[in-house]
Amino acid sequence: MIATSHINDSLFVTIIVSAILFGTPLVFAGIGELLAERSGILNLGVEGMMLMGAVVAFWVSQKLGGPAWVVLLVAVLAAAVSGVVLSLIHAFVTITLRANQIVSGLTLTIFAGIIGLSSYVGAVKNLGAQPGKHQFNDINVFGLGKVPVIGPILFHQTAMVYASWILVILAAVYLYRTRFGLYVRSVGEAPDAADAMGLSVSKYRYVHTLVGGALAGVGGAVFTLQIATNWIDGMTAGAGWIAIALVIFSFWRPELLLLGAYLFGAFQGLGFDIQARTNITIPTEIWSALPYIMTVVALTLVSVGSIRRRLGTPAALGVPYIRGER
Amino acid sequence: MWVSVAVPFGSILLAMVVGGIVLVISGNNPLTTYQNIVQASITQPGAFEQTLISMTPLLFTGLAAAVAFRMRVWNIGGEGQLYMGAVGASGVGLFLHSWPAPLVVLAMVVGGIIAGCLWAAIPGALRAYLNTNEILTSLMLNYVALQFTNYLIFGSHSYWRDVSSPEAQVFPSGKNLEASGNFPGLSIRSLVIPLGLMIGVGLAFVLWGMIRSTKYGFEMRVLGDSPRTAKYAGIRTRRKIMSVMVLSGGIAGLAGVSQVGDFNHVLDPRGMQQAGYGYTGIIVAALARYNPLAVILTSFLIGAITNAGFALQGPHFPTGLTGTLEGILLFCVLGAELFTRYRLRWRPTREAPSDRSPGTGSAIPQPALAGGTPGGEAP
Repeated sequence: MIATSHINDSLFVTIIVSAILFGTPLVFAGIGELLAERSGILNLGVEGMMLMGAVVAFWVSQKLGGPAWVVLLVAVLAAAVSGVVLSLIHAFVTITLRANQIVSGLTLTIFAGIIGLSSYVGAVKNLGAQPGKHQFNDINVFGLGKVPVIGPILFHQTAMVYASWILVILAAVYLYRTRFGLYVRSVGEAPDAADAMGLSVSKYRYVHTLVGGALAGVGGAVFTLQIATNWIDGMTAGAGWIAIALVIFSFWRPELLLLGAYLFGAFQGLGFDIQARTNITIPTEIWSALPYIMTVVALTLVSVGSIRRRLGTPAALGVPYIRGER
Repeated sequence: MWVSVAVPFGSILLAMVVGGIVLVISGNNPLTTYQNIVQASITQPGAFEQTLISMTPLLFTGLAAAVAFRMRVWNIGGEGQLYMGAVGASGVGLFLHSWPAPLVVLAMVVGGIIAGCLWAAIPGALRAYLNTNEILTSLMLNYVALQFTNYLIFGSHSYWRDVSSPEAQVFPSGKNLEASGNFPGLSIRSLVIPLGLMIGVGLAFVLWGMIRSTKYGFEMRVLGDSPRTAKYAGIRTRRKIMSVMVLSGGIAGLAGVSQVGDFNHVLDPRGMQQAGYGYTGIIVAALARYNPLAVILTSFLIGAITNAGFALQGPHFPTGLTGTLEGILLFCVLGAELFTRYRLRWRPTREAPSDRSPGTGSAIPQPALAGGTPGGEAP
C-alpha cells in the first residue's frame, strides 16, 4: 500500500499537513499573545480579535477588485488593523486606566466575538450568504511539492504558512538576541526594575499589546482566506482560547509555540483521520479536551521552584504597574 | 460621595452615546432601538418575566465571580463550574426521580453545589499549594468541563443521555427529568418567579452580610486589599484561597442547578455553551464592583439586554448587536472606575511622569494619585 508514490497520502503525512493547516492561525495569534504576555499584559480578547480579523479580511477580500495577491495582502493588513484597534481598547483600559486585565479581556471577547461586533458586521454587510472570491493557494516552491514526505510538508504550503514560519524566527531572535527583547522580558518580569533602569513600562506594554492584536487579527484572516472560504458567525470556534493555552504550554517561547501549535492543530483533525483509516474510534471530545488538560499539567509542572525560574510565567503577568507601589 | 453615584450613571450615558454612534453608522435609529430594548425587556407583556429568567444564571455566576475577585482570587472557571453543577444536579435528579419532589429538589441543589465545589477545588488547590496561576488553570478547565458534558451527551451512552426515544437516536440529547425534579416557581398574579432567582437573591444578601460583618469576610477583605497585611496578621492565606475558590465554585454550580431544575429539565451542553453565562458573570460582577447586592442590579441589566437581543432578533437588530452594546457599556464602566478610585487633579504637562503611554494616553488628564486604593480592584 505504501509505495513511494503514495507515501504523501499516508496517515503520517496527512496528519502533519492538516496539523499545519489548523495550526497556522494558532501560530499567528499565539505569537501575538506571547509578546503581549512577555510584556506583562494578559489579553483574553484573542477570540474576539480573531473573529474580527476573520470578518474584516473576508469583507475586504469580497469588496476589493484587482490582482488576487494585492486583494489578499490588503485583506490581511485590514485584519491586522482591526486587531490593533481592538487591542488598543484593551491597552488603554488596562495600562492607562489600570483596570483589571481579565475583565477587560473578557469584555473584548464579548464585544467583538460571536454575539458581538464581528457577527454584527457580518450581518450588516450580509457576508454570511456570500461564497468567497479569493483565497490563499498552496505554492509549489521550486517544484519540490511532490518530493516524498518533505514535499507536501515543507514545499507545498500557502504564503501565510511561510509567513508564520518567518514570524516565529523573528520573534525568537527579537526576544533572545536583541536589546529590545531583553527589555521587554524585564518589563514583564520586574517592571519596577525596568522602570528604575529608565525604560518606559507603559510604552513597552502598549507596543506589544498592539502587535499582539495585529497578529490575532491576521490569525483570524487565515480562517476566512485559507481554512474556509466563507464567513460564519463564531467560525474560529475557540481557536483564540487554544492560542492562549498554547502560550502557556510553550512556556512563553516562540520556538516551542510553533511545535505546540502543530500539536494542538493535529488534535483537531486527528480523531477523524485515525477513525477513517484504522476503524479505531476515540471520542472526539477526548481529542478536543487534550490540549487543555496538557496545558494545565504543563502549567502545574512549571510552578515548581527551580523550573519556574527558567520556564515559568512572566512574574508581572496580569499585574498593573504603578510606580512607587510595592 | 457624589462621585460614586455620578460616575456609574455618567458611564452608562456615555455608553448609550457611543452605542448610538455605532447604530447610526450601521443605518439604525438609536432612539427607536433603545426604546425597543426597553419594551422587549420590561414593558411588553411577558417581557419582564423573560428578563428574570435571563438574569437568574447571571446572578449566580456574577456572585461567584464577585466573591472570588473581591479577594483577588481570579476564578474565571465559573463557566466550567456551571457545567459541572448542571451535570451533578441532573445526575442526582435522574437517579432519585422516585423520591418526593421537595427531597429531589434539595438533593439536586446539594449535588450541583458539590460538583461545582469539586471542580473549583482543582485550580484552588493548585494555586494554594503549588502557587500555579489560577487564572490560566481555571480557564483551561472550562474547556475540559465542556468536553466532558459533550461526551456525556454526544460521545457516549452515559446515564445522562436519552437512548430510548426514537428522536434521540438521530439527534443525541439528554434524558428529561421527571416532574419531581422540576423546580417550583413562585406565582404572583401572572408573574412566575423561578426558584433559582429567589435562592440567588437570598444568597446575595447572605454573602453581602458575610463579607461585611463576619470574621471570615473580614479576613477576605484584608487578603484582597493587602495580602502582606494578611500574612503579618497571621491569616491562613492558603486555606483561605482554597475555601474562597471552593465557595465560588459552589455558587457557580448553583447556576447550573438552576439551569437544569428551573428551565431546561435536561442536561443541554450546546445550549449552555452558547449562552456563556460563566464569562458574562465575570462582567456582571465587575459592573457591580464585586458588591454582592449590586450584582442583583447588574445581572438584571445584562439579563435585560440579553433578553431584548433574543426578542428583537431580525434585520434591524442582528444577533451581534447584543454583544456590541454590552461590550461598549462594560468598557465605559471599566474606564470610569478610575475616576472613582482616584481623585483627579490637573497639573502642568511638563511634570507628567515619563511612564505615561504614548498616543491615547495624552488625551486624558493625568490623574494625580491622591486618596483611594491604587491598583487594586477593591472598591
